[in-house]
Amino acid sequence: MTFELSDRVQTVPPSGIRRFFEIAEERDDVISLGVGEPDFATPWAARDAAITSLEQGKTSYTANRGRRDLREAIADYVADRFDLGYDPDEEIIVTAGASEAVDLAFRSFVDPGDTVAIAQPSYISYEPGVIFAGGEVLPVPTYEEDDFRLTVEGLEEAGADEADMLVLCYPNNPTGAIMSAEDLEPIAEFVREHDLMVLSDEIYAELTYDGEHTSIATFEGMRERTIVFNGFSKAHAMTGLRLGYALGPAEAIGAMNKIHQYTMLSAPTTAQYAALEALDSCESDVREMVAQYDRRRQFVLSRFREIGMDVFEAKGAFYCFPEVPEGFTAEEFAEEVLREQGVAVVPGDVFGAGGDGHLRISYATGLEDLREALARIEAFVDGHA
Amino acid sequence: MSEREVLELLRENARYSTADIARMTDLEEDEVEAAIEELEATGVVRGYQAVVDWDKLEDERVRAEVELNVRLDRETGYDDISQRLARFPQVKALRLVSGDYDFDMEVEGDSIREVSQFISEKVAPVPEITQTVTHYVMTSYKENGIEFGDGEDDERLSFSP
Ligand SMILES: Cc1ncc(COP(=O)(O)O)c(C=O)c1O
Repeated sequence: MTFELSDRVQTVPPSGIRRFFEIAEERDDVISLGVGEPDFATPWAARDAAITSLEQGKTSYTANRGRRDLREAIADYVADRFDLGYDPDEEIIVTAGASEAVDLAFRSFVDPGDTVAIAQPSYISYEPGVIFAGGEVLPVPTYEEDDFRLTVEGLEEAGADEADMLVLCYPNNPTGAIMSAEDLEPIAEFVREHDLMVLSDEIYAELTYDGEHTSIATFEGMRERTIVFNGFSKAHAMTGLRLGYALGPAEAIGAMNKIHQYTMLSAPTTAQYAALEALDSCESDVREMVAQYDRRRQFVLSRFREIGMDVFEAKGAFYCFPEVPEGFTAEEFAEEVLREQGVAVVPGDVFGAGGDGHLRISYATGLEDLREALARIEAFVDGHA
Repeated sequence: MSEREVLELLRENARYSTADIARMTDLEEDEVEAAIEELEATGVVRGYQAVVDWDKLEDERVRAEVELNVRLDRETGYDDISQRLARFPQVKALRLVSGDYDFDMEVEGDSIREVSQFISEKVAPVPEITQTVTHYVMTSYKENGIEFGDGEDDERLSFSP
């Protein structure tokens, strides 16, 4: 038989990264700057807690919303780090990665025909998530001259005042842009004025190198219209453990939990034990990893400047976003530097509006490899000058 | 503060060039140079060495951890004994420690015979030393913060979101 694919599934094109992946797989000398996940292993204490929980046979489902002690630890952590106050009983849900939480939010709040404004370039899963939920995407491009920050003018130009929802991701994947409190204030005002709901993906919050991370949910009148996403994948180097969470008003989290309890039941139990320990005792590991990313960030930025490629001063996450030299599109550059020099980078186009002409470079890679990769990029650029 | 950062980077890899360190710390190259000079001049940085996995080498290298107990008297303190021992080139590290014994000494030589002879002929006879316990190193798994073994392959996908 042939499968009759749903329109929603057919609408979503295959990932723009896939073709590059196939080229990269053909050779064994590739240094990849295309990875959006830490190169560090999960801190030992967290791994140990996971192992111990397994040894003790703690392998059953947990409460749908996640273990109560973990939700409490999350509440304490976000209060302490980001000035966010959420009730562990009703306003927090633990999910299988921030990814699941984002999907739950789209399915909980988007009706067919609803418009979801997405500040772009941004993480590639939002757009398909909206489409799977039956909504329509309104891209809101951000630009290098604004340091890839979202502005009210940008929102107005895109017509976001008519949208139902706005998706934010700061610190940003792929640009490394952050939004300071001053940058967010007018956005919050716009959102209140036009009565939008906000989904704020703050999974890179700990990876902020310049100043403190500010959550848009801390602004007046914003808590009641915002869902904040976070998780353990990035700062705690736990991608494979699949653990994230969402914070929001009781009613909203309750709605998300309704879907979650039928589709996921509960987030992975072993991972919940690891996460609890990560919050309890791995703060210094996080600080050490952040310090390492920061050094690599400075190294990479400074090398791109030496190579003569314009590069935006990334201030968060573990990406930087240089411009491709004249004579190439981002796709061409990414493909040729992969074929000629064995360096894998991601063309900015795949991240949506405003990403073209740029490359996403991940520095979640050891310094020796970064040094070699940049030397190869330099050779490539010099060879095509 | 920047000196501390430079120090951390040198400890991570003393062969980072000043240019590399400058790139990583956002300092100017001459500031990095000055910081390193300062660290060396004040004796914070005492030297630079390679971290060696001797098991990977054909030549035999024998190493031992030696526990030393000493008896002090009015004239002789720990410092006197340590000076005497530290002068021997066979002694690679010497530390006064708390616990069941007084000194913790690392000794290196070309053969077990050489190391044993050194301990029995040069160390044990020191009058203040009352006891030596020698542990030969059989395999080293980690030195100076660097793990040995074949290094884990990066199993991450070459592209991920
Ligand atoms: C902005 C952003 N949100 C969410 C995720 C996925 O996180 P998780 O592993 O918690 O599902 C990623 C992963 O790359 C990301 O970059």
